[in-house]
Formats: sequence, C-alpha cells, structure tokens
Amino acid sequence: MTTELKQKEEVKPELTSAEHPATKYLREERLPHIWCSGCGLGSAVTSLTNAYEKLEIPIDDIGVVSGIGCTGRAAGYFETDSYHTTHGRAIPFATGLKLSNPEMNVTVFSGDGDLFAIGGNHFIHAARRNVDMTVICVNNYNFGMTGGQFGPTTPQGATATTSPYGNYEDPFNLPDLAASAGAIYVARWTSVHARRIQQAMEEALSKRGFSFVEILSPCPTGYGRKNDLGEGIDELKSYQDRTVIKHGSDPGDAEIERDPEAEIVVGKFVEDDRPTYCDVADDYLQGQ
Amino acid sequence: MSTEIEKEKTTEKWPTDQGYLYIREDYCKGCGYCIEFCPQEVLEESEGFNEKGYHPPEPTAIDKCVNCGFCSIICPDFAIWDEKEGSNE
Amino acid sequence: MSDEAIMTGKHFMNGDEACAEGALAAGCRFFAGYPITPQSEIAERMSKRMPEVGGRFIQMEDELSSIAAVLGGSWGGSRAMTATSGPGFSLMMENIGLGMMTETPCVIANIQRGSPSTGLPTAVGQGDMMQAQWGSHGDYGVIAYAPTSPQEMFDFTVKAFNKAEQYMMPVFVMADEKIGHMRERVEIDESKVEIYPRRKPEVDPDEFKPYEPDDDLVPRMASAGEGYRVHVTGLTHNQQGYPQLDVETQQEKVGRLVDKVDKNKDDIVELDTIGIEDAEVLIVSYGMAFRTAMGAYKQAREKGIKAGIVRLVTVWPFPEDEIKEFSKQVKGIVVPEINLGQMVREVERASAGNTEVKLVPHPGGGLHEPEQILESLEALL
Repeated sequence: MTTELKQKEEVKPELTSAEHPATKYLREERLPHIWCSGCGLGSAVTSLTNAYEKLEIPIDDIGVVSGIGCTGRAAGYFETDSYHTTHGRAIPFATGLKLSNPEMNVTVFSGDGDLFAIGGNHFIHAARRNVDMTVICVNNYNFGMTGGQFGPTTPQGATATTSPYGNYEDPFNLPDLAASAGAIYVARWTSVHARRIQQAMEEALSKRGFSFVEILSPCPTGYGRKNDLGEGIDELKSYQDRTVIKHGSDPGDAEIERDPEAEIVVGKFVEDDRPTYCDVADDYLQGQ
Repeated sequence: MSTEIEKEKTTEKWPTDQGYLYIREDYCKGCGYCIEFCPQEVLEESEGFNEKGYHPPEPTAIDKCVNCGFCSIICPDFAIWDEKEGSNE
Repeated sequence: MSDEAIMTGKHFMNGDEACAEGALAAGCRFFAGYPITPQSEIAERMSKRMPEVGGRFIQMEDELSSIAAVLGGSWGGSRAMTATSGPGFSLMMENIGLGMMTETPCVIANIQRGSPSTGLPTAVGQGDMMQAQWGSHGDYGVIAYAPTSPQEMFDFTVKAFNKAEQYMMPVFVMADEKIGHMRERVEIDESKVEIYPRRKPEVDPDEFKPYEPDDDLVPRMASAGEGYRVHVTGLTHNQQGYPQLDVETQQEKVGRLVDKVDKNKDDIVELDTIGIEDAEVLIVSYGMAFRTAMGAYKQAREKGIKAGIVRLVTVWPFPEDEIKEFSKQVKGIVVPEINLGQMVREVERASAGNTEVKLVPHPGGGLHEPEQILESLEALL
C-alpha cells in the first residue's frame, strides 16, 4: 500500500504537443469536433482512420463522402478528399466519384436517417449494382442534428420529439436490408466493440464491391435520455450486456427491439464475392 | 520559421512500463469511456475541471497500464491515446 | 457508331442526339441520367457513345441521384452532364444548389415539355425558364443557353461545357421537346470545337485554398486523388472550404456566386439581332418560339412593318442592359413564349417603362401561329 502510493507520486507527466494518432488523417485545425459528450461518432472515426492506416491506403487515394446530419459532419474532419453533400445523396455522389475516378478508395460515412430515410432508395440501388465502395452507417436511432426526431431505425415504442406517444412505426433491420439488396459484406457492431469495428472496416475496405458496416452508437442527447437509457456510458454498458455475437447468422434475426433487455445480434452477416458494377460493365462493353 | 507559432503543449505524456500514455485534457468531454472500459483500471475521473467544464481522466494506476490501446480507440474525442515504445509515433 | 469523340462531318440527327454529340465533343466523359420524355434520346445516345470514347454512362435510380452522381463525377475529374425534362428538373433542384454552392462544373440539359407536373410529356413547353434561375433555394448566378435547332443543340452544349469550366458552376441548356425531337442537318467540325480546360491549382497543396477566387471571381478546382485533400461542403464555407457559419462568410461566398456571373456578363451574354437598325417594334424571343417569331418577322417586313428581333442565345444571365437600350428606340416589344409569361417579366423589368411590353402566351403542347405574333406587333403601332 505505501509502496504503491510512493510509486504514484514518482510518476509525473511531461507536457508535449503530441496529438492522437487518428489526427494523421484528420484536419487538426478543425478539432475539437462538434459532437456531444458520449456520442459514438468520434470513436467510429478513429476506427476508420486506424483501418486506413492498417491497410496502408495512401491518404491521397481516399475519398470520404457524407450526407447531412451529425454523422454527415464527419467528412469535414477527414484530411482526405472529403465531400459533405446534401441530405441522403452521399451514395449517388460517391457513385459518380468512383465511376469517374476508379483509383479512389471511396468511403461513405453517414447516419441512419441520411442513408435510410431520405437516402434509402440510393442505398438499395448502389448495393444492387455492387458499386465498389464502403458504406459506414452510424446508427443512433434518431435524427440527432435536428433535435431527436424518430427515424427509419427508431425501435417501435421509443420516444422521440416527433413520437411523443411512442414510435408506432416498424424500423428497418439494416443488415437484413443490406444483405437483401446485394451488399457483398455486411457487419454490425456497437460502439463498445471498438476493435471489432476497426476489423470490420478493414475487411469492408479490402473487399471489392459494395460493403456495409453498421455501428450502433449512443446518442445520449437525442435518444438516450428520452428513452431512459441514461448517458452514453450507460448505453455502452447495456450494449455489452445485450449483444450476442453470431457470425454468419441470418440477418433477418438482427431486429432491434426497444426493450433494454432484448438481445441484439452483432457480427459479420455476409462476406461474399460478386463482380462490381464496373467489372460487369467493362465485361459487357469489351469487344462491342 | 519565426512567424510560425509553436504548437501549444497541452498534452500530458505519462510513462508506462511499455511506452507512454497521453492525455489531452482540453479535448476531453468527460464521457468516461476510457475510465469504464480500461481493462487494467488505470484511470479515474479527476477532481479538476477542463476548459469545457468536464472532469478529464487521471491515471491513478499508471503502473498497471499495458499499452493495450483500447482507450485510444474508444475515446470519441481524440483526448487519450497510448504509444508503445519502439512503435512509430 | 463511331470511335471518334468528335464526329466530324455532316449528319442528319435530332436535337437530343446533337446535344449528346456536343457534350462528347466538349470532352464530357461521365453521364448519369434517368429516363424521361422528351430527353431519353440523349441518355440513349450517351449509353451507346460513352463506351466508344472511353467514358462512363450510368442510368441512376432517379433524377436526385443523377445530378448527385454528376457532381461526384465532376469532382472525380471528369467533365460531366445529365439531361432531363421538367419533372426531373424539379427533382434536381436541391443538388443544383449544391453544385452552385460547391462551384462544381457540369452541364444540365432540360428538354422542356408542357407543364406543370406531368403535364404534356410528349409536347413542347418553355415553362421552366424561371425555374432555371430561381429553382433552387438561395441566391446564385445562372448561365443558361436556349438553342433553336439541332445544330445549336450541338454548338450550345459545347458552349455550356466551356462556360461551366470557366465559371466553375452547373450550366443549363434549356431546350424543349420540339428542338429535341426535330431532325435537321448538323455539321460537326473538330477544328471548330474549342475546349476551355479545367481550372487547376497552380500552387502546392499546402498553399492551395479551394475557394480562393482569381481576379475573375472564379476559384480553381483540385479533383479527387490529386493530393490536394480538399474539403467540399454545401454549408457556407470560407476560402479553405471549411464550414464557417457567419454573416461575413455568407456575404463573401454567396455574394461571389452572384457576382461571378453578374460581373462577367460581357463575356457570358450572347444575343442575335435581326432587322434591329430601323426597328419600330421588337420581338424578344428564345428557343423554339424564336422559329415562329422569325415567320412573324418576315410577314411583318413584307407588310412594311419595321420589325426587329432580339433572339436570346443566353437567357440567363438576362441581358438587361441590352434590352434597356433597345426599349428606348422602339414603340413596343412583344415576347412570344410557350408559357403563360416568364421571361416577359425580365423584358418588362429591363424596359423600365420605356416602352410597352406585350406577352404572346402559349400554354404549351404546340406552337404559336406566326399571325398571333404579327397581330401583337401590329397592335403596338
């Protein structure tokens, strides 16, 4: 006991101007970011920069595209070619970018409302076409930026600013939707699975074709507090308890219920290979 | 260049057994993720406040840090990270 | 069809096809679109020709995504275009605003049809003229061409691409069903096609500001993958391209979007005049309505009426200084339009009460009779 105390006193920090390793890929002059305390977006960004670094993708080959919303602001922090587009249109913008410049490694980083409410149609068509891009959806079950309205992934019964009596719509099950639409890689993790997220991103970025990673992320400000989930940390702890890893399981079983005790399936649902949009197109066009 | 302002030294660099642990207090938003999920229970909430009014983490058991890097990846605010000795900074 | 990007020679083709050929001649190598009458022949031609010239054609799921893909394609480094008609034009409006705000060169051809709503899908209209200027929310300058023949569909599409690159913005080709479907001789001559190259940065990445304008108020563009690591956002942004949400930045940015067109009007505005020297009455016209107006003009001259025509090659920016001058010399101006009164408002505004301005409306679905325009001219004398 005494020796331990003594040790503590001996270790003193030195002051430096060092920065977090993620900032190698970020526009440092724009930090700190705008996201709330306990929001999972920042760690999703770190997982992605770690994945880029691990895969040694040259920074100048990376294009990050976002839509609108809290997650939509992510593009603005990446010190890559980065495009903050309009609400819902990140995927078609990214499609144009990729087709016009196939050397680019294109990541779409956006939220559940952006990708699956206003942008839902583009998601299914890009997956159907198998356009070579990685779509990362940070799902926090609500429209956070606009004040916590319910969205296409809000569990039935949850309270939001536009569902004061409880949300009476059925939400999308995103892994199931992505798999049905033709995504060649589909994984879901939560913000507490930080390393798994990074690994999933590495796998998704390595795949040629339309890959999809869903990250269930706390939004204490917009969603958590209204639904008795407490702060971000409480939400993360509940994810530790609620999630069950089932690699290769039927994504149809990956529905999310409001009941804080109900199981949430996470893991890698799909890992497949299919020629990309450009591969097939070039095949048809060759010799014409 | 003389006109260039030297970067402010706002990051604490703590020596660990295998390298260093860094804490940039001014970025911290006090979510508590690093403290809660540190597998070695190295960190505690400090009593002091940062500029934003949050309590940043304080390594009260730095000797237990094994540089696993989990704080580095789960911190949503780029406020805490580690560096293993011999690895590239 | 041909492996040549520019099909030098004499062709018999419709306006839609000529528009596609003009785009290819101007270096367009990315087309994203969605089928809609009466522009589908542009997309069809592009689907055939793009692979021949090493470009990329994609049929998107709607017009929202078509214009978004075009913006992405442009930032990817390609000259890019889409084509549509009224309902699709309406759907594109939000991302046309993104294109204006992010200063993204691209071309949008609108083959107008009877409107509003589904209207008259297979018949002529000029009902989207004001929408071209005011369709997306907010203030920004607009450049729009109004071709009157398949030959001009070719020529003006080339011009549109060049102005898009020169002023770093989406540029419109405002045609209509009649011009799109009309089949005439189109002469293509590679030696006459001039290309305005993309405005590339001339400084190193660490010194480059994506929205720092040159003296002509237009910035330069670093495409994806060129090492400039640009940030592009629809939020109000500073010269670095970063969001900065304050009045000063808004004034600087949006003011420049308006000024870069307004202050370069001398370079942009084009109009043709016929019989203007001794004109006592004037027809101001554009697009398909101009062809009918020519009939009225000839009849008027045969009857000894001193008529003249001002034909707008660019409808936007509106040539208000020129129209103002003309308005001082004539007893009246008639404006035949295949709508119930759009550009006539601009003519009235520019004329500033100097002379009487009279609309000759047509609801769409057909053309004026030259006699209708002639009667209006006579009534002014």
